[in-house]
Amino acid sequence: MDDSKKREILGLLESNCRLTASQIAVMLDEDPAGVAATIAEMEEQKVILRHCAMVNWDKAGVDRVTALIDVKLHPQRDVGFDRLAERIARFPEVRSCYLMSGTYDLAVEVESTNLKEVARFISERLSTLEGVASTTTHFVLKRYKHDGVSFTEEATDERLAIHP
Amino acid sequence: MRSFVNRHVAALPPSGIRKFFDLVSQSKGIISLGVGEPDFTTPWHIREAAIYSLEKGKTAYTSNWGMPDLREAVSRHLEDWQGLKYDPAKEILITVGAAEGVDLAMRAVLEPGDEILICEPCFVSYVPCAKMAGAHVVTVPLRAEDDFKLTPALLRQYLTPKTKALFISYPSNPTGAVMTKAELEEIAKIAIEADILVITDEIYGEMTYGGEHYSIARFPGMQERTILLNGMSKAYAMTGWRIGYACGPDEIIGQMMKIHQFAIMCAPTVGQIAALEALKNGKPERDKMIQEYDRRRKVMYKGFTEMGLPCFEPRGAFYIFPSIEPTGMNEEEFAMKLLEEEKVAVVPGSAFGESGKGHVRCSYASSMENLQESLRRIGKFVERHSMVGNR
Repeated sequence: MDDSKKREILGLLESNCRLTASQIAVMLDEDPAGVAATIAEMEEQKVILRHCAMVNWDKAGVDRVTALIDVKLHPQRDVGFDRLAERIARFPEVRSCYLMSGTYDLAVEVESTNLKEVARFISERLSTLEGVASTTTHFVLKRYKHDGVSFTEEATDERLAIHP
Repeated sequence: MRSFVNRHVAALPPSGIRKFFDLVSQSKGIISLGVGEPDFTTPWHIREAAIYSLEKGKTAYTSNWGMPDLREAVSRHLEDWQGLKYDPAKEILITVGAAEGVDLAMRAVLEPGDEILICEPCFVSYVPCAKMAGAHVVTVPLRAEDDFKLTPALLRQYLTPKTKALFISYPSNPTGAVMTKAELEEIAKIAIEADILVITDEIYGEMTYGGEHYSIARFPGMQERTILLNGMSKAYAMTGWRIGYACGPDEIIGQMMKIHQFAIMCAPTVGQIAALEALKNGKPERDKMIQEYDRRRKVMYKGFTEMGLPCFEPRGAFYIFPSIEPTGMNEEEFAMKLLEEEKVAVVPGSAFGESGKGHVRCSYASSMENLQESLRRIGKFVERHSMVGNR
């Protein structure tokens, strides 16, 4: 399958991972077995890492605390920021971890069920790591949009049901 | 007291879609495949540009012709896309949707008794607008076996020495049919030979799949005898903004402008600003929407083919027009029963003219989930009512 078709499959799955290979095949004018094989191949190659749901935990009645932490690091000889960044990323509390340009080095997103847990993680785990120079923590107050999905606007269809 | 109503207006039948609309509006929890407008909201950058213009207080009238910037943008757009050159100063008029363009064209061209050929099935306004202009309307019944294209033979059959104009619209609402360059060339030849005007509504022109749209105005000798109507509504998901444009020879466009000037003054300013933003920066978002329609189109085509309702593969707009003959029902019965039994709304083909009988129009301007669910329900319905099973 050519690269543009592969990209289309990825785009479709990224917005709805429940699409089946045969549904995708119809949309793209491809053979279902070929699409299934391509998806399997991309899973194998870790192009597709997992198929997951986007959850609005607030609506599910579950309290979660999210913090975005700006981390400054002392780069290490030979490995730069990588070794330390990977070490930080391995903590299960860390939802995401990016190397950044600008005034700090890592942007770390931490999520937990309560504020104390996040505070403990930062003071006891993150700041104490050798090589971490400083942290600045921002707590998330409200989620408007995440990964391209609006958490505040609900799509409503206000069109007339029949229109010529 | 005597009646004050204009008899010609009173004689116009109400839109065939009305009755069904009332019924659908009263039903709850239905999936509607009856919607003739995009399910996408106008892209945010367009809405944002309009909001900014309001903040800046751009609320006055524009030129009767429309904003000069917008006319230039339309001119550039048509040149880039179709290679057509229209002078923004006198050959382009910004209208209140392509719908106003239809009315203006009819009124600027037709005199009482003039004959106009209108291809059916078609959008519901063409025939009434021509009639309100006093014209004698001759409908050309397009045929399912021609995939609802206008063939040279059919055109010649209906052409008379009294014919002044031909009205076509491809890609077609309600059929989803398109006409290729070669097919249109034959029509253009006949138009030139018979010395008639062509009015072409190309509102779905930017929405074609697996082939580029070709405007009939492009053939040598055609631009001077063609009124080209288009607008922002469909391809840019801007139906409620009401911005269209009419292009043609200055002699005709100038007269259309006069009617527009006295009746409307100018198209809404905020809509024109939004349209300008759409033409300047809206192509990537437009293309994304078209890609999505294309996927849905394939799903619908396969769905109807598999359930045994014959239809040709639509190549434009966002409609599919299957024949419902295998069920033994007529199109109105089909639509009513489908609504009652499966809560899916489709539009009887006869709402678009006599020659739409035996078909229903299904719009795929609806989410993929809705389309898949409605196909499942229609499939069940067709299986239950199929004549083959009852034999």
